[in-house]
Amino acid sequence: MAHSGPKTPHPDTLAVHAGQSPDPATGSRAVPIYQTASYVFPDTDTAAALFNMETPGHVYSRLSNPTVAVFEERMAHLEDGTGAIATASGQAALHLAIVTLMGRGGHIVASSSLYGGSHNLLQYTLPRFGIETTFVPARDPEAWGRAIRPDTRMLFGESVGNPSVDVLDIPAVAELAQQHRIPLLVDATVTTPALGRPLEQGAHLVMHSATKFLSGHGVVIGGVLVDGGRMDWLASGKFPTLTEPYEGFHGMNFAEESTTSAFLLRARREGLRDFGACMAPMTAFQILQGLETLPLRMQRHISNTRRVVELLSIQKEVERVHHPDERGHPDHELAAKLYPRGCSAILSFEIKGGREAGRKFIESLALFSHLANIGDAKSLVIHPATTTHFRMDDEALKAAGITGGTIRLSIGLEHPDDLIDDLCRGLRASQK
Amino acid sequence: MNLIVQGYPAYAYAGGRPFEPTLPAIVFIHGAAFDHSVWQWQSRYFAHHGHAVLAVDLPGHGRSPGAARATIEEYAEWVAALLDAAALPQAALVGHSMGSLIALETSLRHSPRVTKLALVGTASPMPVSDGFIAAAREEPPVGLEMEAVWGHSRQTQLAGSPVPGASLLGASRRLNARSKPGVLHAALNACNAYRASPERLAALQVPTLVVAGKRDQMTQFKAGQAIAKAIPGAKLVALDAGHSMMSEAPRELQAALRDFLG
Repeated sequence: MAHSGPKTPHPDTLAVHAGQSPDPATGSRAVPIYQTASYVFPDTDTAAALFNMETPGHVYSRLSNPTVAVFEERMAHLEDGTGAIATASGQAALHLAIVTLMGRGGHIVASSSLYGGSHNLLQYTLPRFGIETTFVPARDPEAWGRAIRPDTRMLFGESVGNPSVDVLDIPAVAELAQQHRIPLLVDATVTTPALGRPLEQGAHLVMHSATKFLSGHGVVIGGVLVDGGRMDWLASGKFPTLTEPYEGFHGMNFAEESTTSAFLLRARREGLRDFGACMAPMTAFQILQGLETLPLRMQRHISNTRRVVELLSIQKEVERVHHPDERGHPDHELAAKLYPRGCSAILSFEIKGGREAGRKFIESLALFSHLANIGDAKSLVIHPATTTHFRMDDEALKAAGITGGTIRLSIGLEHPDDLIDDLCRGLRASQK
Repeated sequence: MNLIVQGYPAYAYAGGRPFEPTLPAIVFIHGAAFDHSVWQWQSRYFAHHGHAVLAVDLPGHGRSPGAARATIEEYAEWVAALLDAAALPQAALVGHSMGSLIALETSLRHSPRVTKLALVGTASPMPVSDGFIAAAREEPPVGLEMEAVWGHSRQTQLAGSPVPGASLLGASRRLNARSKPGVLHAALNACNAYRASPERLAALQVPTLVVAGKRDQMTQFKAGQAIAKAIPGAKLVALDAGHSMMSEAPRELQAALRDFLG
């Protein structure tokens, strides 16, 4: 006999409500902006208990803040995690995950198809602190397996790579992670929980640049890190930061303290406390304004993208379109399986005529904004080889699926006919 | 800390302090398919306020190996054996849900060893629906989802958490899902079958606190009221929370326990 579980709210409802109770002080229905650095303790015993984690609550806004907590909890609900930590940026979220899991001598295996900022951190900056990364082709599970070493402490990839729009086979990579008892962190900035939930697909941790689709308005910089709570740190034996006493917090053993939230405890109590890359309350408020409409917006982003992909794929000025909606795309089937509602409002294409044609194309667009961002309500365009990925050499560019003629588009919420008119004008101009 | 109880290793969290058995002791007992970490706040608070704390992992749960027990009575004997293993002549018992029945039965059987009894989210009898038991047996993921969702107030599915940044429901889902196969089913059967007669309750001499959640979907508030009436001198504290008061109302539960336990 099939049993049906209890009903719980749908993601659309979570996006509007989760993590917020009407303000107990004022009854405010909207999320209030708690623009405060600190919080009055009612008595000395409560103060001591708050500091020693004997009671939950707010102490100082670097560690937690009521407005920021609404955003964190909403994301935890949307991703079906145990909790979340909001950070100053997506980069800060990635950094927080890494430094919570490992120190000098740690090793990461990462997809070679990453946002340029993440690539910089892993390739150039972290080695200075004794943390190395091996980059592997996102689509080759065997390469992931070969790159894992005894000192590997994390696998990392983007749900949909940027800008080459390759789809990470999260279930396959997660299985590898599970075999080696190390976590898989997925940057799901491009997909958002409205299109797919990496934790459900097997990932252990998920992060976002909240600047992008989660906000949708492009007015803030922010990030978030969500723990799925499925990783057994104790059984792994590879994460002393979580399973051994930490002198920096009264000898706390985080995995003893909390079976499912040890990672988040350490990340907050050490990572936010000491590195300090917290989110400002105003930022959380602004992200929340966007998050409420995330499921609706992603539908429109996806339908507009489908129109643009269809258009570009038949234009004579275009050599190739990279988007999983394309039947010839190597991840076409995987994308349909993991993201049945659509997988990306980011696409890239190769323009005939290389770098010079790319320049003319971008400069003749009127509606698309030429800038270094994705996931705005406004449609965006950029030339990765000279901007976001300019630090990469030719080999790394090739591994990331980028050439001199690669143009990246982030499709916004405008009327699709207007987007198509603008693109057609740009394509004609590119060949003059 | 690790102990040997009834011949098997047993784990108990001492609240982040070295365990000192000469201090007034409190044993915290979790519910079905949970572990010691449900008492995260309370165990740490009392360990830092003059108590020897043992937040146990019941056999077959969390870090304690061995088989989950089939009856509340067997668990009660395990708790008595735990007191021996920890060299505690006496202790206060604080139990949640199934753990409240274990604490109650331990008090009924070994009353001289129990200084105080706190029952959190409790009912006696504690009937479990046929559908819930059947789901736990035949379709464990559905049974575990029922345990997690009904184990909190409906408001918890959307409301802000007292623990900044935490999804109480998400954390419960993951903790429940870690339980070994068959543990939830065995625990639900044990709760469903347990009976403490009115005569035994009326004869209980241990000072008792009942903490009942007004929004409890698992053990209803009126069931908490009933057991508080049945135990002589028992005090009832009502919290505006669901079944998982340790995380849904951690400050309020802590205050109630502090007033009672000292």
